[in-house]
Amino acid sequence: MNTPPGILVRDLSLNFGGVTVFEGLGFEIAARKFTALLGPSGVGKTTLLRIIAGLEAPATGQVAASDGAPLAGRIAYMAQQDFLLPWASALRNVMLGATLRGAKPEPERALHLLERVGLGGQAKALPQTLSGGMRQRVALARTLYEDRPIVLMDEPFSALDSITRLRIQNLAAELLAGRTVLLITHDPLEACRLGHALFVLSGTPARLGAPLHVPGPPPRAADDIALLQTQGSLMRTLTEAIAP
Amino acid sequence: MRGVRPATTFLVFLGLWWLVARYSSVPPFMLPPPGDVAAALWTQRGLLLGNTLVTLAEILLGLLCGTVLGGIAALGIVFSPVLQRWLMPVLVVSQAIPVFALAPLMVLWFGFGMAAKIIMAMLVIFFPVTANFADGLRRTPPGWLDLARTMNASPLAVLRHIRLPAGLPAFGSGLRVAAVIAPIGAIIGEWAGASSGLGYVMLNANARIQTPLMFAALFILAALTIALYVLVDRLLRRLLYWAPDTTGG
Repeated sequence: MNTPPGILVRDLSLNFGGVTVFEGLGFEIAARKFTALLGPSGVGKTTLLRIIAGLEAPATGQVAASDGAPLAGRIAYMAQQDFLLPWASALRNVMLGATLRGAKPEPERALHLLERVGLGGQAKALPQTLSGGMRQRVALARTLYEDRPIVLMDEPFSALDSITRLRIQNLAAELLAGRTVLLITHDPLEACRLGHALFVLSGTPARLGAPLHVPGPPPRAADDIALLQTQGSLMRTLTEAIAP
Repeated sequence: MRGVRPATTFLVFLGLWWLVARYSSVPPFMLPPPGDVAAALWTQRGLLLGNTLVTLAEILLGLLCGTVLGGIAALGIVFSPVLQRWLMPVLVVSQAIPVFALAPLMVLWFGFGMAAKIIMAMLVIFFPVTANFADGLRRTPPGWLDLARTMNASPLAVLRHIRLPAGLPAFGSGLRVAAVIAPIGAIIGEWAGASSGLGYVMLNANARIQTPLMFAALFILAALTIALYVLVDRLLRRLLYWAPDTTGG
């Protein structure tokens, strides 16, 4: 993996179903940091992530890497659902990228990643025999197997119970450290535990507020005083964003 | 315990049949008692076995060719807009014309041998196989396709590793229907003109008022169809071990 670049979003505009979702939206995602993106449902967070991932095209505007090289091929994407293939074992799901690119799969590396996420013993298991938390950890291992400098995550842990979520957040913070990560979340605690910078997207067309910065390296303890203070500010910002 | 229910149903059916044949005014040449049919099954076993093998071969070859062609057609319809424009009308027309009406034509074109029957079986299964598989191929969850795109997958790799396996349960549904209706195609083909096969035996027996033999041929045909369905169903369940069966069956 090369040195992870930052992401520059410039002058982004998009209309959807007669609604102006973005108009001249621009911001920067810092290199090698966790950036959390919050905001009310339907404001366009997922759309923004999909545009950065190259899955959707904006009407106008650009998404570029801060090092000037193309973004294509340098992004790994993890969605809210695990999207594991039900006919393939956990191990084969982790190696899906290699299979799809016609590259030689590396089962040792995949197994090592499964061990890192605590599923070394479940390598041969089919997804449907695993719990929601386990499946999401397989998806995390699959994301890590891609070994991309930029990782985009769309509410990846929202369907998990709070204890499992805390554990997988710790794991994500540890395993994704040093990469450029953009994390969409509805959970202020998750944003404050993992994010270096927190953005709130709100309004029509959607605008980004000034980022909040949380001191200390992630993952932060849930009872950390600085975290709780930031969480309070974040809640206020979110409440104002949703208020009519 | 698994076979008790079908066995009970079968025995009750046999009992009712025997009662009607024995005590109603229906003459034996219209409804022979089960014993006469069993006797025909035994005494004519050589004739029945030879003709069963012919019909079975027609059904299996029709099933194989129809499934392969249906699969290819579904791929064409889903992935080529040009092929979709050309194939869809053919597919719809193939369903608008009653297959029975085509049988004499097939016999005229392909002769009294097996070819016409195999084509008849193919014609009846082509639509369910194609329509089901095309439906399955179209309904790949978009999340899997997005994931594949972020992984720089080629369209061919997506087809091979995601779309095809994801479409297999729907393909299986088409195949189950095909297993049950392929015998209909083969028998219709035999009725339109044949020198062997169970349909041929039935027509001959009917003309000579050998009703027990006709019933025996009918019985074998039903058993053959059921066996084929069960076999295909078991095979699909084994192949699609990963597809959820929410009925718990």
